[in-house]
Amino acid sequence: MRYLPLTPADRAEMLGVIGAATIDDLFVDVPDAARKADLFDLPLHAGEMEVERALSALAARNRPAGAGPFFCGAGAYKHHVPATVDHIIQRSEFLTSYTPYQPEIAQGTLQVLFEFQTQVAALTGLEVANASMYDGSTACAEAVMMAQRVTRRKKAVLSGGLHPHYAAVTQTIAHAEGMDITRQAVAIDAEADVLSAIDAETACVVVQTPNVFGVVTDVSKIAQAAHAAGALLIVVTTEAVSYGLLKSPGEMGADIAVGEGQSIGVGLNYGGPYIGLFAAREKFVRQMPGRLCGETVDAEGARGFVLTLSTREQHIRREKATSNICTNSGLCALAFTIHMTLLGERGLRELAALNHSRARELREVLAAVPGVEILSPRFFNEFAIRVPGKAADVVEALLADGVVAGVPFSRLDPKAGMDDVLLVAATETTTRDDIAAFAKALKGRTA
Amino acid sequence: MAMSNIGRPTQPQAAGTSSAHTSLTGARGLLQDEALIFEMDGWDKTGVDFELPDEDASDLGDLVRTAPIGLPGLSEPEAMRHFVRLSQKNHAIDLALYPLGSCTMKHNPRLNEKMARLAGFGDLHPMAPQSTTQGALELMDRLAHWLKTLTGMPAVALSPKAGAHGELCGLLAIKAAHEAKGQGHRRTVLVPTSAHGTNPATAAFVGYDVTEIAQTADGRVDLADLEAKLSPEVAAIMVTNPNTCGLFERDIIEIARLTHAAGAYFYCDGANFNAIVGRVRPGDLGVDAMHINLHKTFSTPHGGGGPGAGPVVLSEALAPYAPTPWVVSAGEGFKLVEEAEDEAADTFGRMVAFHGQMGMFVRAYAYMLSHGTDGLRQVAEDAVLNANYIKAKLSPVMTPAFPDGPCMHEALFDDSWLEGTGVTTLDFAKAMIDEGFHPMTMYFPLVVHGAMLIEPTETESKQELDRFCHALTLLAQAAKAGDVERFTGAPYLAPMRRLDETQAARKPRLTWRPEPTAVSPAPMAAE
Ligand SMILES: Cc1ncc(COP(=O)(O)O)c(C=O)c1O
Repeated sequence: MRYLPLTPADRAEMLGVIGAATIDDLFVDVPDAARKADLFDLPLHAGEMEVERALSALAARNRPAGAGPFFCGAGAYKHHVPATVDHIIQRSEFLTSYTPYQPEIAQGTLQVLFEFQTQVAALTGLEVANASMYDGSTACAEAVMMAQRVTRRKKAVLSGGLHPHYAAVTQTIAHAEGMDITRQAVAIDAEADVLSAIDAETACVVVQTPNVFGVVTDVSKIAQAAHAAGALLIVVTTEAVSYGLLKSPGEMGADIAVGEGQSIGVGLNYGGPYIGLFAAREKFVRQMPGRLCGETVDAEGARGFVLTLSTREQHIRREKATSNICTNSGLCALAFTIHMTLLGERGLRELAALNHSRARELREVLAAVPGVEILSPRFFNEFAIRVPGKAADVVEALLADGVVAGVPFSRLDPKAGMDDVLLVAATETTTRDDIAAFAKALKGRTA
Repeated sequence: MAMSNIGRPTQPQAAGTSSAHTSLTGARGLLQDEALIFEMDGWDKTGVDFELPDEDASDLGDLVRTAPIGLPGLSEPEAMRHFVRLSQKNHAIDLALYPLGSCTMKHNPRLNEKMARLAGFGDLHPMAPQSTTQGALELMDRLAHWLKTLTGMPAVALSPKAGAHGELCGLLAIKAAHEAKGQGHRRTVLVPTSAHGTNPATAAFVGYDVTEIAQTADGRVDLADLEAKLSPEVAAIMVTNPNTCGLFERDIIEIARLTHAAGAYFYCDGANFNAIVGRVRPGDLGVDAMHINLHKTFSTPHGGGGPGAGPVVLSEALAPYAPTPWVVSAGEGFKLVEEAEDEAADTFGRMVAFHGQMGMFVRAYAYMLSHGTDGLRQVAEDAVLNANYIKAKLSPVMTPAFPDGPCMHEALFDDSWLEGTGVTTLDFAKAMIDEGFHPMTMYFPLVVHGAMLIEPTETESKQELDRFCHALTLLAQAAKAGDVERFTGAPYLAPMRRLDETQAARKPRLTWRPEPTAVSPAPMAAE
């Protein structure tokens, strides 16, 4: 077995040093009843070539996003990632190290985390950011739990524009904690609807911009209303590239900003691993979940970085911890930081402008298709359209033309009664030819 | 160009005292001092080229940001150099044995990296039509089959994103099962004192009270204490097996029986599955739910802190409450069930936006196929053999916490052998860095004083184990011989000297800010 260095001679010698006759002697504590593992229907070991062949065959039965015109978004976006990113994240020192618990020999990871936190704080317009969460949806649920700790109130209001999966994850987790979650009726341009639900019991209001229908909203008024009621405003963003064009959550008054960072450096990966971004106002830092990296000095006074404020965390505080998270999305944070460093402010603004411009072109072209109605009034790189018939059927039909048309809203929320709503996204990877192919296929199928 | 040998010395001359030597610039040879990206004057730089849109105005009016974001950029060569220089300040498994107990730092096969990057996996959108993702769904189904077979459990939830998230999944299923039986009043979860912090944290996260169970002198769950604490209020117990002392819970079947008799469920923390994979099936032990850290047992890389993946196997009793989504076979192909189809379905709901850590599934599946059942069994055996070898080799100089009987995949020592030396577990660990090794897990589990938990894993050769034991033996002898400064000042030879964690926490600086001009930053509001 190519991954196992011990030889039979090594094993025999080592058993001798231990004073055991056979390997079974080392498993004496296992009850007899549990010793006969029956694994008959699984194969024996295989060579690298055979494994590669088996996995390649499975991969070949999937259609990658890059295989042709592709318009799916809904919380995961197809972006170009510079080759440098994947090269660096595969360096042994980053890939095969553990959480930086020994800072003297983990300054690489720690400095990157400090840079990551600073980038995320800048993008969200808030003062502090943590070292990552699992993904945007769990970050959203954690933000709601944090608001409960900060305000000591139990009610959370989720906007009807929040990604349905994010709402579901938040409901699952916050409900178990005994929180009272109100999810508002799903609607295209829904963020302002939360205003009517804010009261003196409200711990937080959760809005999304751009929302799941791509609609961009200035949430400043919602922030004011929330703050007047003593509640926190949580702003969710699932398309991190939008930070490059739009006013930041912090600028609009958010107390906590959470996001999915997948668009920057991470790739699609069929849904994971992704990276949850989590930023907040500095005065709430001791209620934040997850790891934080901070600056300090070493015994000779040189600047260095360590994990800090860990009295919030499970390994120190156990049942009093702010969250149970341990392993996070470290390597994705590295990928994010490298990609964001390559972009820089200039590149990010250009990338965002390019995304917005491609989406507007897509809108112009689709608006001209008979029977198609554009539903999202203001958007960044994704918007909702109404199609004749069921969106899911349109998507299936267009596959035959080689076009992946988008995400039917009914797939995210079958009970919303929006079967004819299709979410379509365009990014810098979308070409004019892709857009033309989409429009042509749609015309052909809906005529 | 090669340097000629003629006319120059080819042997080092005077050795000098290298430790006292300093360079003129403050540099340390090839180990570069590296500034933060924010200190490189890259405010107008970029490492990407875009074809700009014809019109750059948007129709978004005052939704558009005007103020600068504050992000520096770097050209590609500068970025490459920055991150490569940083990488060189990290220790890694690819450099040496990385004996972090409980973390299972094993070799990460590069085939797995290559497979996860196949376009059919890496460039696959989670909401792409299912007819275009059949290979991915089949892989998830195959992985599920392996996990169920290896654990002897009937069901598995793939979506949890890490071990702690798996614990959350298990406890949410348990909570739902109790509620369905009219047992929602059960509010307590029993957790041994030796448990990993995520266990009590997860129990509290879902609203349970935590009660600790005591441990026997031989490092196992105290059955009498467990029995005394099991009551109609108890929803579940969370027991790690093999436990965090590196020992197999001998009475595990009895623990399960008592738990079930009290109407509670048995959550097993499976972080240490590496010790028994292919040899013991948790399903035969009476477990109701167990997470499997794919980033431990199944070799997906830790990446400096994540990502991981924490699928949870479930018993018959808990399977109906599993979270969405899940994969089912449907005719010729596979289907991803994303919403409970019928209103009455018992699922406790969704715990992540999409379907879990697919990138880790690919890697773990490649790892499983590479090993096969024979290889996996060998994994467990070699992991246990290596740990016992270390225990045997180090017992003459250090004190094993549980000297009697074999350990499983990790060897636990306490600090009684350091008594009177003036050296603490922390000092000893830092001195290991100077000898080229990553320290072991320290001060965990909490039940052992000054704990040092050493997990070598099966991917270490006997030569590397010997090198490690030799280094630790020399260190132990030095500590006992009174060479205290070697420890209290350590590390001396790492990229940094010992870091001041107290200062970091007292005045947290969590982001880079431009140098304060006259006044220092406002102190943190005390909370
Ligand atoms: C015993 C034990 N339980 C649970 C966990 C939590 O797993 P994760 O870090 O994947 O959330 C760990 C790992 O750190 C562990 O060692």
